[in-house]
Amino acid sequence: MSVERAPLFEMRGIAKAFPGVQALRGVDLDIFGGEVLALLGENGAGKSTLMKVLGGAHRPDAGTLLLDGRPVVCRTPQEARAAGIAVIHQEFNLVPGLTAVENIFLGQERARAEFIRQAEERGRAEELFRRLGAAIDLDLPCKWLSTAQQQLVEIARALACDARVIVMDEPTAALSEAEAGRLFEIVRDLRARGIAVVYISHRLDEIFALADRVVVLRDGRHVGSRPRAGLGRTELIELMVGRELAEEYPRRTTTPGPVKLAVSGLARGRAVRDVSFTVRRGEILALAGLVGAGRTETLRLIFGADRRDAGEILLDGRPLAIRSPRDAIAAGIGLLTEDRKLQGLVLGRSVRENFALPNLARLSRLGFMDGRREREAFGRHVATLRIKVPHQEEAARNLSGGNQQKVVLAKWLEHDCDVLFFDEPTRGIDVGARHEIYQLMNDLVARGKAIVMVSSDLPEVLGMADRIVVMHDGRITGELDNRQGATQADVMRLAMA
Amino acid sequence: MKNARTLLSGYGMLLVLALLGAVFSGLTLTEQPATDAAAARRMVAAIRAQAPAAKRVLVAIRPTSADDLLATSLRGEIAAAGLEVADVVRGEPQALRAALEKLVAQGEHIDAVAAGERAGSWLVLREMGELFPALGQPPIVVADTVVWPVFLKADNLLNIASQIAVIAIMAIGMTMVIITGGIDLSVGSLAALAAVTAARLIRDTLGGVAASPAGMTLASTAAIAACGLLGGVSGAVITLFRVPPFIVTLAMMLVASGLAYLAAAGQSIYQIPESFVWLGRGTGLFGVPHAVTLMPALYAAAHVLMTRTTLGRALYAVGGNAEAARLSGVPVRRVLLFAYVACGLLAGLGGVILASQLKSGSPTYGAMYELYVIAAVVVGGTALAGGEGRILGTLVGALIIAVIQNGMNLVGIESYTQKVVLGLVILAAVLVDQLRRR
Repeated sequence: MSVERAPLFEMRGIAKAFPGVQALRGVDLDIFGGEVLALLGENGAGKSTLMKVLGGAHRPDAGTLLLDGRPVVCRTPQEARAAGIAVIHQEFNLVPGLTAVENIFLGQERARAEFIRQAEERGRAEELFRRLGAAIDLDLPCKWLSTAQQQLVEIARALACDARVIVMDEPTAALSEAEAGRLFEIVRDLRARGIAVVYISHRLDEIFALADRVVVLRDGRHVGSRPRAGLGRTELIELMVGRELAEEYPRRTTTPGPVKLAVSGLARGRAVRDVSFTVRRGEILALAGLVGAGRTETLRLIFGADRRDAGEILLDGRPLAIRSPRDAIAAGIGLLTEDRKLQGLVLGRSVRENFALPNLARLSRLGFMDGRREREAFGRHVATLRIKVPHQEEAARNLSGGNQQKVVLAKWLEHDCDVLFFDEPTRGIDVGARHEIYQLMNDLVARGKAIVMVSSDLPEVLGMADRIVVMHDGRITGELDNRQGATQADVMRLAMA
Repeated sequence: MKNARTLLSGYGMLLVLALLGAVFSGLTLTEQPATDAAAARRMVAAIRAQAPAAKRVLVAIRPTSADDLLATSLRGEIAAAGLEVADVVRGEPQALRAALEKLVAQGEHIDAVAAGERAGSWLVLREMGELFPALGQPPIVVADTVVWPVFLKADNLLNIASQIAVIAIMAIGMTMVIITGGIDLSVGSLAALAAVTAARLIRDTLGGVAASPAGMTLASTAAIAACGLLGGVSGAVITLFRVPPFIVTLAMMLVASGLAYLAAAGQSIYQIPESFVWLGRGTGLFGVPHAVTLMPALYAAAHVLMTRTTLGRALYAVGGNAEAARLSGVPVRRVLLFAYVACGLLAGLGGVILASQLKSGSPTYGAMYELYVIAAVVVGGTALAGGEGRILGTLVGALIIAVIQNGMNLVGIESYTQKVVLGLVILAAVLVDQLRRR
């Protein structure tokens, strides 16, 4: 692969903003034919957004795309496909009820005047699968195919439109080792045929095995492009992570007390495998790792939201039988979910009702709600947490993200939980509110509560946690004592192991 | 502007009900005979004004219910004024003529005649002086007429309430189910099953036509409980196996209907005591049927449940976001089960009231009721998606449907056209509701 070759595709100065966040800041990217390009970066670095722009799913606010040196516009996935770009997302875009043949030609049917030429499509599908070395039942609805097979259908779909660039987003996330190996062979074959493969993955081993060149994104910027040959792991990780700590985290001087919560051997399928850790009173334990590592799943297991396959939970040394969220709540554990809109709040009801929901027993007498006690209690939290809401009857959906999060926090505080699980506590929240939430977490910890925090924001993890447990692929890969100065690189190393 | 919107959304349907009432009142405005106590008092006062020494009064009326009411009022007022009713002649002019001849023959006299509005224009009364000179010239006082909508007459309003009582009561349970985001299509069949079960228990095991009140109560309770049980079965399948409520209750609708036909052997069971109609037709204070009295009582209880209890909060939360409710510790399955059991129980109660109104139990009762019940809930402002809605809104919705049907009857629209109109009205109500939400 020579450097003088002209790029097949060029992305120049791509910028894209979403409400509240600048996802891409003037990113340049060259894509060469016959090359496997690895696109790396932390969660939120902008990889997915960049690929969605390339694939026509998002319109960039600024920037241009060039195909063979000529400007091209990809306003829709159709146009991107016509330009030769095919994107295979992590969650496949197949229609589960349709067969492999139908999915391959979805949107690009071989038809004459509305009548599909089935024999022709079938023949082409067979030929594609043969070239991929796949044995797929062409008449089975795709939902009955294995994940690996579905992926092959996606690849065939890309090839059917003579794609010149194929983007694969976390392709091996759901594959076994053997299937992943098969995929690598296919990728190499695609490369040999002159197709450009953009490969997004967090698994450094794969990157080092497969990629020709590596591009790193950070905070929406292109921070480096290196040939794989001669690139070291540490250098790569530092590229991904090294940035100034822009936010400040409120200081904390609490000394952790005795162990409050101890979990051992937690397991659920492939998502959580043999997870054990402890949390002490007055301590913030962070669960770090990349998306899909199993952190949220672990919290949900302890909270009783999902059924455990195995594992023990001890609170203050005594075993807890948690079979549902009700049991966990009764034991004094609260969960602030990852997605407050979908799981944390009943958006259509008032903030007061949302606040009252886990506290119905203590705010009522013999089944009848004590309206005054409820209003007073909520009023107290509105004051202490500084929740901005015009009145208590306001619908939860009308509040800003930060205030919604505070309402969620208020409902658990009222319940006087001893253990609090914060899953991505500051996601989608502006800087000002973030700081307030950090302060609140510190206050809770100072009062002797135990907090387990899941966060994909490394500075946040390092800024707030006493200890950090890192997960990867459902297992714990390591534990760091933040008080002894852990670094982002340490965490990333364990997260990608 | 926002306040106007919230006001409209909160009380919009009440406004619609008032509007409909006004429209039908306008359309049925006619001259009505005045028949109440005040009218009778005026007549008596007129008598005394014209004949201060009057003692005996002859009352002449036509055989209509309105005139009967007048006669009753007159009796009371005449007695209250210390006068005496010589006779009440009820019939056509010939009857009055015969009565007057009898009076003359017996040598009795009368001091005044109080006549119903139409009777007052009879020839025999107008020319009484010439035809029966022996009676003298007693003053004839005729009842006045009042311009008043037929729609708003007391007996019509009671009629509206009676007709809708069963649907309205069943709609309480349906409201709860719909608030949780579900639906119950089996209520009509459950009502039929309850009617048949109660009737059959009375006929076969509790004494038939000679059953005691305790026996009838037992039969009714058993019938209602059976429907509650079937509601529980629906609820259990929905919560344990995650089958959509539409399908489960559709199946239950068929099962319950089949059971009703089996239990009744395809016929109407009528061997039940006359006293069984106490609930459905028996009247209490002011002539209000007991079923109609039950309606606001149940609504009040349901309203309190939904707005002031933890269970009510849980119902709304489960309907609004079941997963968020679960993660906040709400026992989602138990709450859903309650909703379907309650709906079943109330459907059973509806069936028992139907049996009481019709003094028999037949598997054909309650047919298509689920549609009217759901219509009442939806017209009342509860969204089919769940998570919001008001019990009292359903009452208004049921009344709107009843008012429209009653109004169309009074105005003389024939029944097939009525169906079309009712369907369009329900559609309009839902559309308005949708637009309001944007």
